Amino acid sequence: MGIIVQNISKSYNKIKAIDAISFEVKEGELFGLIGPDGAGKTTIFRILTTLLLANEGSASVAGFDVVKDYKAIRNSVGYMPGKFSLYQDLSVEENLKFFATIFGTTIEENYDLIKDIYIQIEPFKARRAGALSGGMKQKLALCCALIHKPKVLFLDEPTTGVDPVSRKEFWEMLKRLQEKGLTILVSTPYMDEAELCDRIALIQKGSILKIDKPANIIKDYHRIIYDVKAKNRHQLILDLKNYPSQYSVFAFGEYIHYIDKNENFSATDLDNYLRQNQHSEIEIRVTNPTIEDVFMDL
Amino acid sequence: MLPIIFVLPMVQLLILSNAASFEIKNIKFSYIDNDHSLASRELISKFQASSYFNIIESFSSKKEANFQMQAGKIDVILEIPNHFERDLIKENSTNLSVSINAIDGAAAGVENVYISQIITGFNQKIQTQLYQYNEVSYEQPINIVTIPSFWYNNTLNYKTFMVPGILVLLVTMLTLFLSSMNIVREKEIGTLEQINVTPIKKYQFIVGKLFPFWVLGLVILTVGLTIAKLVFNVPILGNIGLIYFFTSIYLLVILGIGLIISNHSDTQQQAMFIAWFFSVIFILMSGLFTPIESMPVWAQNITMLNPIRYFVEIIRMVMLKGATFSDISRPFFIIVCYAIALNGIAVWSYKKVN
Repeated sequence: MGIIVQNISKSYNKIKAIDAISFEVKEGELFGLIGPDGAGKTTIFRILTTLLLANEGSASVAGFDVVKDYKAIRNSVGYMPGKFSLYQDLSVEENLKFFATIFGTTIEENYDLIKDIYIQIEPFKARRAGALSGGMKQKLALCCALIHKPKVLFLDEPTTGVDPVSRKEFWEMLKRLQEKGLTILVSTPYMDEAELCDRIALIQKGSILKIDKPANIIKDYHRIIYDVKAKNRHQLILDLKNYPSQYSVFAFGEYIHYIDKNENFSATDLDNYLRQNQHSEIEIRVTNPTIEDVFMDL
Repeated sequence: MLPIIFVLPMVQLLILSNAASFEIKNIKFSYIDNDHSLASRELISKFQASSYFNIIESFSSKKEANFQMQAGKIDVILEIPNHFERDLIKENSTNLSVSINAIDGAAAGVENVYISQIITGFNQKIQTQLYQYNEVSYEQPINIVTIPSFWYNNTLNYKTFMVPGILVLLVTMLTLFLSSMNIVREKEIGTLEQINVTPIKKYQFIVGKLFPFWVLGLVILTVGLTIAKLVFNVPILGNIGLIYFFTSIYLLVILGIGLIISNHSDTQQQAMFIAWFFSVIFILMSGLFTPIESMPVWAQNITMLNPIRYFVEIIRMVMLKGATFSDISRPFFIIVCYAIALNGIAVWSYKKVN
């Protein structure tokens, strides 16, 4: 009774935004849509929250069809759009009251659900929403999306533009909400957040590349990744790309992630090659793959 | 924002009502007196006595006068020919030349009427004088004198006429602009997307959006009527309740238009532009500044579609003429139909899905 999506396609003026997408989210699952900007994540959200009609395919949320039972869906889902979209000139408390009223409920009635989150912004409840910091805006938006005790929660890039500490807190809040039985669909461009989901779908250019548990996705990845570091970083990337047996080279934090085509790749050969090219302070070591590595390879 | 909404229209009402005058005053008058006789001086003194004319200068030649007209220094040149008095007495007729600057055609027409009136008055007087000199058996010529009586605005005070009209303009523009910017603003900020996933009903949302502007429109009307009465002393002969009743329906029409604009625009600029387009057409074709009766027939037919036209008509009728409901029932029902049709379209064209 979570979310079922079957062969959904949507085009905007002949440009395909999403192409025959299918996936399933189980009840009580925290499911992540992982993909870069423009992959079609927001389009999927809009279709599932009944804001947009798909060209083809069918979908259901909490057992309701997105086209036929759109009214029931609007009553039973919480949606937090990517862009902060509460009334900036209403105060924190007024916003919450407003959304509670629209859903025909009160703050008190569902207070236990939002309590953990609301307590953090309560000291600022008289402040106008527009004057809140990014992290607090997200918390308020989450409160407003939860105020009517939805069965399914849609979060479209909730942590974009939020500082790392608030991001961490935010994911902890999601985990706690999941424990309360909510089905959560979340999208993010940050690969490190992907590992916090139960299952993820890697999505690019409107198609799903892979759906699985984050750990399985990493486990299934059979290539060996090397962290490479040297003094002249830019030149290092260029030289690595010129290495005859290179498979992929991309920057990853302070290191360069290097993957070779050959199974019997020897780090010493690469080291020698780099030395010949006047590199100094060379460091080469094997590293554990991350979701990002998998994504870059797909 | 709130002070702006209230203060600006009031400033506009005060300034426009005093400035948007159709009276032509301070006409820059000049003359060329080639005769220098008793009669010519008497004619010129008539112009001097009139409050509409400012005697700027007397010129000795037509060429010089034309030069000044070209430079925009004068509006009217009156040329009195040689032997003006002699011809009047001997031949009972003579000619005068009047040149008027007609860059503003309407003003030139009015100036012409003023000048003709003064000359006609002078003419009658000089005739009686001449007859008295020359004929023993003098018979008073029969003259038809018309004394017009201006109903509903005795003194032809243009403010009495303009203030209600400008009030209509203010109420209309303000509510149209604010309502057309409203929903599109929510589109821009993104709040509309959040609202759309809630179970709120279309009509609830739209009523919630429009009700504040409806109240605002009535408040502006109240303030405007108060200024009209206290500052401009415009008579309010009819039932003031009737004005409010009509305005409350009329506002629904304007709000409906604003809402339709808002539904079909994606940005506030777009909404603003369309609202401007309509309000300029509506205002210029409303009979506020130019009488509808003097428009070409096709334009008159177009004004039938213009809600402002009915409001201007009704507010003037009720305030100045004391019209009752039965007098304004026709335009009233037209506005009711508009209100129903436009708001129907507005609710229908507002989609909770994009």
